[in-house]
Amino acid sequence: MDHLIGALVGAPLLGAGILLTGGRRLDRIGHWIGCLLAAVSFAIGVLLFADMLGKSGAARTMTSHLFSWVPVASFQANVSFQLDQLSMTFVLLITGVGTLIHIYSVGYMEYDERRRQFFGYLNLFLAAMLLLVLADNYLLLYVGWEGVGLASYLLIGFWQHKPSAATAAKKAFIVNRVGDMGLSIAVMVMFTTFGTFTFGPVLAHATSASQAKLTGIGLLLLLGACGKSAQVPLQSWLGDAMEGPTPVSALIHAATMVTAGVYLITRSGAIFNAAPTAQLAVTVVGAVTLLFGAIVGCAKDDIKKALAGSTMSQIGYMILAAGLGPIGYVFAIMHLVTHGFFKAGLFLGAGSVMHGMNDEVDMRKYGGLRTYMPITYVTFGLGYLAIIGFPGLSGYWSKDKIIEAAFAKGGTDGWILGGVALLGAGITAFYMTRVMLMTFFGDKRWGREAAQEPGGVAQPQPHPHEAPKTMTIPMIILAFGSVFAGGLFSINSSFLHWLQPVTGHTEGHLPVSAAVIQAATLVVLAIGLGLAWRQYGRQAVPAVAPRGSLLTRAARRDLLQDDFNHVALVKPGEYLTRGLVYLDHSLVDGAVNGTAASVGGLSGRLRRLQNGYVRSYAVSMFGGAALLVAATLLMRGV
Amino acid sequence: MSSFPLLTLTAALPAVGAIATAAVPAARRTTAKWLALAFSLATLVLAGIIATRFTPGGARYQLTESHAWIADFGVRYELGVDGIAVVLIGLTAVLVPFVMLAGWHDADVLEAHRPNRNWRPTQGFFALILLVEAMVVIAFESTDVFLFYIFFEAMLIPMYFLIGGFGDRAGAHGEDEQSKQWREAPPMRAVVGDGRAKQRSYAAVKFLLYNLLGGLIMLAAVIGLYVVTANQLGHGTFSLPQILQARAVGRMHISAVAERWIFLGFFFAFAVKAPLWPLHTWLPNAMGEATAPVAVLITAVVDKVGTFAMLRYCLQLFPNASNWAAPVILVLSLISIVYGALLAIGQRDIKRLVAYTSISHFGFIILGIFAMTSQGQSGAALYMVNHGVSTAAWLLVAGFLISRRGSRLITDFGGVQKVAPLLAGTFLVGSLAILSLPGLGPFVSEFLVLVGTFSRYPVLGVIATFAIVLAALYVLILYQRTMTGPVKAGIESMKDLRLRELVVVGPLIALLIFLGVYPKPITNYLNPAVKDTLSDVHKSDPAPQINAVAKETAK
Repeated sequence: MDHLIGALVGAPLLGAGILLTGGRRLDRIGHWIGCLLAAVSFAIGVLLFADMLGKSGAARTMTSHLFSWVPVASFQANVSFQLDQLSMTFVLLITGVGTLIHIYSVGYMEYDERRRQFFGYLNLFLAAMLLLVLADNYLLLYVGWEGVGLASYLLIGFWQHKPSAATAAKKAFIVNRVGDMGLSIAVMVMFTTFGTFTFGPVLAHATSASQAKLTGIGLLLLLGACGKSAQVPLQSWLGDAMEGPTPVSALIHAATMVTAGVYLITRSGAIFNAAPTAQLAVTVVGAVTLLFGAIVGCAKDDIKKALAGSTMSQIGYMILAAGLGPIGYVFAIMHLVTHGFFKAGLFLGAGSVMHGMNDEVDMRKYGGLRTYMPITYVTFGLGYLAIIGFPGLSGYWSKDKIIEAAFAKGGTDGWILGGVALLGAGITAFYMTRVMLMTFFGDKRWGREAAQEPGGVAQPQPHPHEAPKTMTIPMIILAFGSVFAGGLFSINSSFLHWLQPVTGHTEGHLPVSAAVIQAATLVVLAIGLGLAWRQYGRQAVPAVAPRGSLLTRAARRDLLQDDFNHVALVKPGEYLTRGLVYLDHSLVDGAVNGTAASVGGLSGRLRRLQNGYVRSYAVSMFGGAALLVAATLLMRGV
Repeated sequence: MSSFPLLTLTAALPAVGAIATAAVPAARRTTAKWLALAFSLATLVLAGIIATRFTPGGARYQLTESHAWIADFGVRYELGVDGIAVVLIGLTAVLVPFVMLAGWHDADVLEAHRPNRNWRPTQGFFALILLVEAMVVIAFESTDVFLFYIFFEAMLIPMYFLIGGFGDRAGAHGEDEQSKQWREAPPMRAVVGDGRAKQRSYAAVKFLLYNLLGGLIMLAAVIGLYVVTANQLGHGTFSLPQILQARAVGRMHISAVAERWIFLGFFFAFAVKAPLWPLHTWLPNAMGEATAPVAVLITAVVDKVGTFAMLRYCLQLFPNASNWAAPVILVLSLISIVYGALLAIGQRDIKRLVAYTSISHFGFIILGIFAMTSQGQSGAALYMVNHGVSTAAWLLVAGFLISRRGSRLITDFGGVQKVAPLLAGTFLVGSLAILSLPGLGPFVSEFLVLVGTFSRYPVLGVIATFAIVLAALYVLILYQRTMTGPVKAGIESMKDLRLRELVVVGPLIALLIFLGVYPKPITNYLNPAVKDTLSDVHKSDPAPQINAVAKETAK
């Protein structure tokens, strides 16, 4: 059974290999090969899951050593896997949602001439993501970590003839590299501290290390997590990443890859538990991003960018929970899974809307679509109810637990973090209701100005229609997950019992009763919902965005993050490189040439030598030989 | 001592090939190409045999040959390989056939107008490449300092002619958009050249003078070494094994001052060759003006002799001076890393950009060597291999791109992905290798160097790690500007890779993946050699604060 772990990664890797090197002759069946191998991986995952359920809690971890990768003295990196309950959870999410999105893409990418490559990249992503969660050491995890970064780069820039897509892809990669720097230095610190970077020994002996080392490792891991999970201050790439095809946004930039940071922190729980400063930093990052993403989500008219803001915010919840330590790990992962369902579903719904609307993304040009695409409307609607935490649906169970856990941290910290989480829930209700109303309700705002546009290129009139079955079926399945997963996990705390052996769990002490917090959550939810309805339901949505308040305008520009980066990093960087290019020519080269000139008149010869080089070379050689002879004679004399 | 002179044969074969190729009549230039290729492939076979006959972990120098040569000066013809040399001979032998295939038509343009009947540029081009190979191989093989010195210097001559005589005709004239036209009727100025030919000549002379200067200083140091050995042992010698042996039994004591001076003489020459900041300025000129295959020969093959020699001669002959100079060298290599990367970002010329990335990568290699840890030095040695393969893959594709457009300016490209997807795809893989993406070879060596450096000098390790962000910048900006976006004018009819070009790139990419996934066969060769070198310099790896591995196994 253990040997099957490698096959989990191997199947999609094989698919990527076949699709990317197979050439044009695979164009007609390539997408089905991609789907098949994703499904094979899922099937193996289910098989392993069944096997795991048959064992007792402690004996559930499976390992599989494949080969020695980089052995240099005490530095021993292996390609070996570890499958425990935490990894298993991810495996099922990645391969399950992944397979659905593969199938969805068959329809979505039907008319793209590079569809085969698209599936090759998707398979590559699955392989890398599975490697990330199955590795038994930090260095192999890092391989998967950068592997998903590569897949993300390739898929964001899939339509690279569009400059915006190419720029977004590059930006995502480079911002992620900043995070990767943190992760790689963390591995180095682990190696010098523990002599290894394998999970087992590092985590078992974490408490023996000094506080400074642990805090350092924790903060470096957090930097890595910030990059991959688009947390402040490395969040700026996620919005732009929406340039990628929508299935990519659903799979990579919502359901799976961007949650890798949560995995990393939860996996490294033993380190964080022993480093309270690092933990505090994690919660702060989570809380700030939670609000940041939610505010940005409120201001975006691009449906995908609004959802991207939401993703950022929801991952902020998870990071916050993970930073709370053993009271939060389980709920971080639980929210990660339920979010995987409803956010993937929401993105697929957005893709379906775009599919029916000539790839229009501006919600101000939607409206009243519920009658035109009923399946999309219902599935999107269920995802919407789930994400705002409507009682009984998935998001309710998982998000509520995080809010409670934040309050349970205790002290002032607890009140602040809990308050932020509660406020976030309200803003979530606001921006999601806004998306829902602008897209599916109200008057139809499409097809009007297209006809009136004077002198412009006549846009074809949109004819909103329901997507083909390959697209709607995955949406329906995800909607089921959005509705029932959270409840299912919460019956008898089944998810808690499942994950507890790996992550550990302690119950926190709530400052007020749980019922009060739940009631408060519902009140906040109702307020957010009501405000959104007042603005976007009761009033007509203007087709052109009003100027808006200062905050709105800042939020539209992603709270000025890019402007800041441009001024603080990009511009100085440009000046620096330009200056250096100049200096290299004039100063360094000049100095060396100048030294040469003063030493032996080389510079002058340099010019003359352009014709008589062979002779000069002979002269130099002769000079060398003469030196040698002189030295020898000298030696004889000695 | 081996009865069969395998090492001599491996170095002699390409030399014989060079003579044979040069002797092919002018009219039969295709024969000359195939002949040269056949010789390079035969050399590869011999390099493979060396690798199989060598026993990693056995004697330090194996397959040795030793003959008196210039007895009066104690110069011996002594050959022998350690694991690092075996691997680097392998690298050279692997790369040369690809360089030839990629440069298959590089000399054609010079054929078009023949000043006289003996005009044989094709024969010359391929013979020179083989000659370089022969000299590089023997430099890796020799264990006699003087023998090494001769070939270390002599390889400048064929390189000089390769740079100056077969320069980058494509780069000369951005306005000549159709390289196809050139194959049919090359314009005279592309051959004889105007301003560009001058630049090429300048680059070649600069290359020569820089390296000659390094060589001359090294010569003084070589003589100094002779003086020292003559004083200490009663007879002067250049034999590395003899000197090591004498030191092991306590018969060699160099005064600290003398050791430092001699060390500096050696190191200067190697630092020019490597090249190390601030001695790097010849490389961008040379690589920019040479054709892409010749540029690969410079950076991937010839320059490796410099870093190799640091490991073999600087550390082994002058351990105390190496430790003494290490802090300064580490700082210089750190500057190289960051400086090379920043300058690469600022370049407008594709090949100069590649040259600056090489400067950054050589910085990593030297950093790893002088960090004096197992991971650092094994990583550095492995880095030489990975840098060679990755730069070859990247730059050769870049060369295909440049020759198609007839320009090396980044701004002349755009949207290539749309018209030549295979070219763009292979270029991307090369790019990703250069930025050390995990899964491809360079990642392993770069991480080893970083970890090896960090374990002794945490601050230096952290600063060097910044390079991974800078590398992503220079690589991806180049890719974005050339390959993505709308198709630029002059690109529309660009042809995708031909079969010959695919034969060049395909295996290199496969090799990069292999080196990234399973580098163990290579590290098996490197580790014992590095262990010996570290014991020469009396260094052992810093121990971890908590030995978690030992504790776990004790349980």
